[in-house]
Amino acid sequence: MIKFPIYLDHNATTPCDPRVVEAMIPYFTDHFGNAASRNHPFGWQAEEAVDYAREQVAKLIGADPKEIIFTSGATEGDNLAIKGVFDMYASKGNHIITVNTEHKAVLDTCKHIEKLGGEVTYLSVKADGLIDLQELEAAIRPTTILIAIMYANNEVGVIQPVREISRIARKHGVLFFSDATQAVGKVPVDVIQDGLDLAAFTAHKMYGPKGVGALYVRRKNPRVKVTSQMDGGGHERGMRSGTLNVPGIVGFGKACELCRLEMESDNKRISALRDKLENALSQIEESYVNGSREHRLPHVSNISFKYVEGEGLMMGFNKEIAVSSGSACTSASLEPSYVLKALGLGDDLAHSSLRFGLGRFTTEEQIDYTIEQVTKTVNHLREMSPLWEMFKEGMDMDKIEWAHH
Amino acid sequence: MSYSEKVIDHYSNPKNVGTLDKSKKNVGTGLVGAPECGDVMRLQIEVDDATGLIRDAKFKTFGCGSAIASSSLATEWLKGKTVDEALSIDNMDIVEELNLPPVKIHCSVLAEDAIKAAINDYRIKNNMEAIKFEGSVVH
Repeated sequence: MIKFPIYLDHNATTPCDPRVVEAMIPYFTDHFGNAASRNHPFGWQAEEAVDYAREQVAKLIGADPKEIIFTSGATEGDNLAIKGVFDMYASKGNHIITVNTEHKAVLDTCKHIEKLGGEVTYLSVKADGLIDLQELEAAIRPTTILIAIMYANNEVGVIQPVREISRIARKHGVLFFSDATQAVGKVPVDVIQDGLDLAAFTAHKMYGPKGVGALYVRRKNPRVKVTSQMDGGGHERGMRSGTLNVPGIVGFGKACELCRLEMESDNKRISALRDKLENALSQIEESYVNGSREHRLPHVSNISFKYVEGEGLMMGFNKEIAVSSGSACTSASLEPSYVLKALGLGDDLAHSSLRFGLGRFTTEEQIDYTIEQVTKTVNHLREMSPLWEMFKEGMDMDKIEWAHH
Repeated sequence: MSYSEKVIDHYSNPKNVGTLDKSKKNVGTGLVGAPECGDVMRLQIEVDDATGLIRDAKFKTFGCGSAIASSSLATEWLKGKTVDEALSIDNMDIVEELNLPPVKIHCSVLAEDAIKAAINDYRIKNNMEAIKFEGSVVH
């Protein structure tokens, strides 16, 4: 029996693992205390639970618990890291280096920094989605205070060479922040070996609850500090005020523990299913896998099916199968995915892309069914695609004068 | 965003998908949109020489479900109309019939443009002047 609907959008969010929910429940009702209440058992219990969760989170990334700042999620972590470093290190410089395939939480924060008088270099990526390390090093200036490069990309799953990046950053005395939202819990991340100075991630991408995340802030070699972006009670070592989301943090801790213990076996199974899906869909004529297949998260596949449009394609099966598309039509803007365009894809191929994100609870039956449905819908839509007809007639579509809107 | 029943119906069972012989004098072809924009529509009409009525209409569309539905609906409305009557099809009629949300209005505009382009192609082939449409992307 196949379980419907089939969820293949795990880069957007993941379901909460039932074991995570179980761990959280007592902290809504029985142990509801404020972790900052120092003078009664309710507070002590909450604080103890937060301390334990902090250890669980730290252990997953090889950090010290004192280096974990709880946040509301990765967007807040990205903002706190970039704005916090910009404020804290203003006397050292005002230049930040990032990449044009970053998540909007990083790119828009950098835009904000520019408005404040900061300078930002946006590196481009190669066709496989990876940055050019020489270009990175060449972009470093005496005023550079931060390199902000994501660990793994949310649309194509490409993993950046973080260890090489951190070596370059160290060499020039520049801090390295990585938005590790898509990577933590999915692939081994080790802040010591990877040389991360700051890293943002969130619980809901790793089978934990929404609304809770963490920013890793290195405490030694070097000791990193960020200026808080929210004023208040001085929680989280003064870097992030606000009453701690105790049930969320407990769930986050449990989710991290499960990922640490089960990542290896999960990945073996999930990457085999991903490869099965990708190999089967690659058999479809004029289909292209986007981004490096070598340096990539084990659960993601981004494929363009030329001559069919992504939203139209999803409509063929979206009652049963949830995926996402780089097509403009899926969002309010009419521009297709800027990430795929940064990889050098033409707008037409970007419009034709689907992202498959597998997860802990994906089954082989679901993948078999997905292969069948996607293949069927691609064929159905190509039957009604004028572009497919032109392609089959051998027409050179680049020579047609299209009426651009 | 969810789709209206009518959009889903046209998407699942599109009416009049196909190709007419564009070399025939009584066939008008309109090709609008661009692959880079995520929408390309080709709409064709075949006019009955004796009656002046649109005898057949076919489409092929690259685009989202609303674009497919808009062109499918347009071909249905075109059949049985005279060429002049066909000119009266307004994109807002399509919006209303298919219950398109604001972000999908451009699909209906594209369908209207495709109709106009097909009619002009037919007119030129039959030694009539092309009609100049204001505010349209049809060349």
